[in-house]
Amino acid sequence: MKKSDVPQDKSNLKSSGFKELCYAVNEKGEYTTEKSSGWEPKTIALDNAMEDINERIAIAKGKVESNETSPIEYYMELAKMDLPILASYVGMWQWRVKRHFNPKRFTKLSDKVLQKYADVFEINIVQLKDINHEN
Amino acid sequence: MKINFTHNQSAHCENGVVSNLMRFNGFEISEPMVFGIGSGLLFCYLPFIKVNHAPAFTYRSMPGFIFNRFAKRVGVKIKREKFSNPKQAKARLDENLKNNNPVGLQVGVYNLTYFPDEYRFHFNAHNLVVYGKENGNYLISDPVMETVTTLTENELEKVRFAKGALAPKGHMYYPIDFPKELQLEKAIVKGIKNTCKDMLAPVPIVGVKGIKLVAKQIRKWPKKKGVKVANHYLGQIVRMQEEIGTGGGGFRYIFAAFLQEASTVLKNEQLASMSKEMTEIGDLWRDFALDASRIYKKRSSKSDGYNDIATQLETIANREEVFFKKLKKAV
Repeated sequence: MKKSDVPQDKSNLKSSGFKELCYAVNEKGEYTTEKSSGWEPKTIALDNAMEDINERIAIAKGKVESNETSPIEYYMELAKMDLPILASYVGMWQWRVKRHFNPKRFTKLSDKVLQKYADVFEINIVQLKDINHEN
Repeated sequence: MKINFTHNQSAHCENGVVSNLMRFNGFEISEPMVFGIGSGLLFCYLPFIKVNHAPAFTYRSMPGFIFNRFAKRVGVKIKREKFSNPKQAKARLDENLKNNNPVGLQVGVYNLTYFPDEYRFHFNAHNLVVYGKENGNYLISDPVMETVTTLTENELEKVRFAKGALAPKGHMYYPIDFPKELQLEKAIVKGIKNTCKDMLAPVPIVGVKGIKLVAKQIRKWPKKKGVKVANHYLGQIVRMQEEIGTGGGGFRYIFAAFLQEASTVLKNEQLASMSKEMTEIGDLWRDFALDASRIYKKRSSKSDGYNDIATQLETIANREEVFFKKLKKAV
């Protein structure tokens, strides 16, 4: 890549204003560095990844509202986590966390267990029980 | 306290941390040099590891390998510490800062508050340097950032004890013993030989063979996985290629910069022309990313698009195969 070809695309992502360093060749053919303000293919890739996450969150929200899953799954998606990651944060087996997705079981959980989840998601138990609860 | 540490922005975090720590200790060594001697270049397809609900791809070697190999090859000793107790981890960090010793830390990205949202995934192999503490805040030199920044005690603890795959467990590292003078020549040859060996490894998911396998998979994705998943996987390939600051060519441009520098050190003309060749291959990767992004932008399901970029990847794999065979003989 030539130095003059280092991408300087603008994006409306939060990462705009965040400049990266790239290696590129100057006119003499020597390697040098140049800052890049962004590159479209990457912006699209990041953008799509964010969209996917938002979609997952929306689906989880719908499932909580129709009582198909517990709020734990919703907050898990909100925190960009998956089952293995959440399990390692709360320090429980994955199958146990998965059981807690069951709305019936969720209502029977002790405050001690709920607190573990609340701590990981950085919310309180009231918020954990009600996904529409305002702070 | 604040250690007199110079922050240089780098394209990639691990090289940057090593290069900055070496410079602090009086050894002028560039980022590409660290990357090349540490044999950072790689390709690996990890279908059994899922990151963000898609298979993992990596364009560089395992976290920590670059520094370890670099240190061994130039004769530097590194001390590495991991902790089970966050309090102890903090105490050891503070102790080092008091002794005027900046340290490298492995951290999780998700809670790095100074990163833009889109970069904050549960990825645990980021590296940064802590070079002081003022008013209860840690002074942070994150090599991919333009300038230095800070994190509170609580924030730093969170990123040092992030959970999930490759959990850092408070991992802290710093060089402790240096040779009188760095002997780069032998180290460069070793670094290059190692990279050639990795890229030509007779393992289906590694190096050139790995790239070919991915190309084959790409052809199958639209039918086998459906458009949505296929697009998501494709996005993953590009995002991993573009980890941060690699300008489209993945780590190929950094490697080309290394070859150019190496040709001067070793007085080897052939390496300079190989550097040019690597730049061209980097450009091909860049074109590949561009075309791949067009597919998932349109969310198109036409299998010709997938076949096209698969063919591009095969071309890249063939060029790299020839390249690394030649490079092996050049040193």
